[in-house]
Amino acid sequence: MIKVKTLHKKYGPVEVLKGVDITFKKGKITAILGPNGSGKTTLMKSILGLVVPQSGSIFIEEKNILGQWDYRSQISYVPQIANFPGNLKVIELIQMIQDIRPGALHHKRLIETFKLKPFLDKKLAALSGGTRQKVNLVLAFMFETPLIILDEPMAGLDPVALILLKDLIAGEKAKGKTILITTHIITLVEEIADKLVFLLDGTVYFYGRVNELKEKTGQINLEKAIAAVLKGTYV
Amino acid sequence: MFKILKYSFMDLMRSRWSYVYFLFYLVLGFVLFFLNSNTTKAVITLMNVIILLTPLIGTIFGVMYFYSSREFTELLLAQPLKRSTIFAGQYLGVSFSLSMSLVFGIGIPFVLYGIFTSSAIWDFTTLLFIGAFLTFIFVALSFNIALLFNDKIKGFGFSILLWLFLAVVYDGLFLLSLLIFDDYPLDKLALGATLFNPIDLSRILILLKLDISALLGYTGAVFQKFFGTPLGMMVSFALLSVWVILPVVIMLFQTRKKDF
Ligand SMILES: Nc1ncnc2c1ncn2[C@@H]1O[C@H](COP(=O)(O)OP(=O)(O)O)[C@@H](O)[C@H]1O
Ligand SMILES: [Mg+2]
Repeated sequence: MIKVKTLHKKYGPVEVLKGVDITFKKGKITAILGPNGSGKTTLMKSILGLVVPQSGSIFIEEKNILGQWDYRSQISYVPQIANFPGNLKVIELIQMIQDIRPGALHHKRLIETFKLKPFLDKKLAALSGGTRQKVNLVLAFMFETPLIILDEPMAGLDPVALILLKDLIAGEKAKGKTILITTHIITLVEEIADKLVFLLDGTVYFYGRVNELKEKTGQINLEKAIAAVLKGTYV
Repeated sequence: MFKILKYSFMDLMRSRWSYVYFLFYLVLGFVLFFLNSNTTKAVITLMNVIILLTPLIGTIFGVMYFYSSREFTELLLAQPLKRSTIFAGQYLGVSFSLSMSLVFGIGIPFVLYGIFTSSAIWDFTTLLFIGAFLTFIFVALSFNIALLFNDKIKGFGFSILLWLFLAVVYDGLFLLSLLIFDDYPLDKLALGATLFNPIDLSRILILLKLDISALLGYTGAVFQKFFGTPLGMMVSFALLSVWVILPVVIMLFQTRKKDF
């Protein structure tokens, strides 16, 4: 369980999170939605300690993790933008991360799943965006952790890889893992998410089940419900 | 930390520019010996090069490495590692690899030309030692500047300015003040000013080691009186260490607050 309490984050003068309060339930998939720039990535990065919030607290299993580092052994993270050191080969990067963070279990299986064998000896700079994203997924999912944080993991993936990823996420959920995901693919949210968080203007505009958002907005379709939320605030 | 150090070190060692840097010193070493049969003269010329070049290269490589490894740093930051471990590792990796290029690049020609049997061996060792010190100092300074600016161009610009200031402008201002306040006894001020610039400090240390302080005139005598004593030597090496430690501590402090 992750508990975020009145989290404030400013980048210089720009206030991105204005007191975010939310609890991510254990064993559930929570989708974090919101317009571009609403702070989805910032929230995830705060949980990971990549970004340092001005105030508030974050508890993982009742432990305040701000300023800590060892709790990250409980987290697998797929960053939004998979920029890797371009001069490295795929296999070198995977081995390097394994060397730095011991305990990887699933790399062989994942390389097989995503058909990355032919690319292992290629330089990362020479890969297409989709292939790089697959490497990104291998780096995160090769560790067995109770917590998984996915920031736009579908970006650049082809339909086949998308289905593979969906299966992967479903498999992890079946193991009882807590999963946070941001994505722009609404159908995917309907398909896999147990809960939904809608960030708007730096606060949690909505938290609940997918159906509850539909009811709240009077729409039968999630895409329309989200559009209604956005329009409502622009009027 | 050792693992991060290892990967940063190897990353830099594999880069073309490390070879260029190494080869430059190698060629410089051989050319100097070819031109001067006198090792002391060679050491003085080398000093002039090293004292300007190691800070410049430390600065440029430090900034370049910091910005170009940003993505990898982000990947590391998401792992169960302490921030200070990551940045201290990267800092040491860059500093050691540059120092290696210096020591081997200059060392090889000097060894081949029989430095071990020459009386200049200690001058030469001091020189390399100070070159390494300057590398560690300026890599730390440049990491600090890179942490301060997200914009690569700004970070690059400011680090070059810092180098320019410490390597060139500082001396100019200093000489100017000597001219203007000609009538006042300024040796204390001169001494103080030197201590606050690692490049000047290094230069004086080497010159005094070479025992050519006579070239420096009256001020030189004052310097000799201070730096020539064991205490002076100890103080100046302690100060050089402070020039390494302080920027490293500030750098580690800066990383604690930084967003990635
Ligand atoms: N490191 C940073 N420095 C300054 N501004 C940032 C930084 N990261 C994000 N921002 C700004 O914060 C806002 C929220 O960004 P982000 O969390 O990436 O939103 P999202 O993921 O929801 O699109 C954006 O306006 C973005 O420009
Ligand atoms: Mg984002």
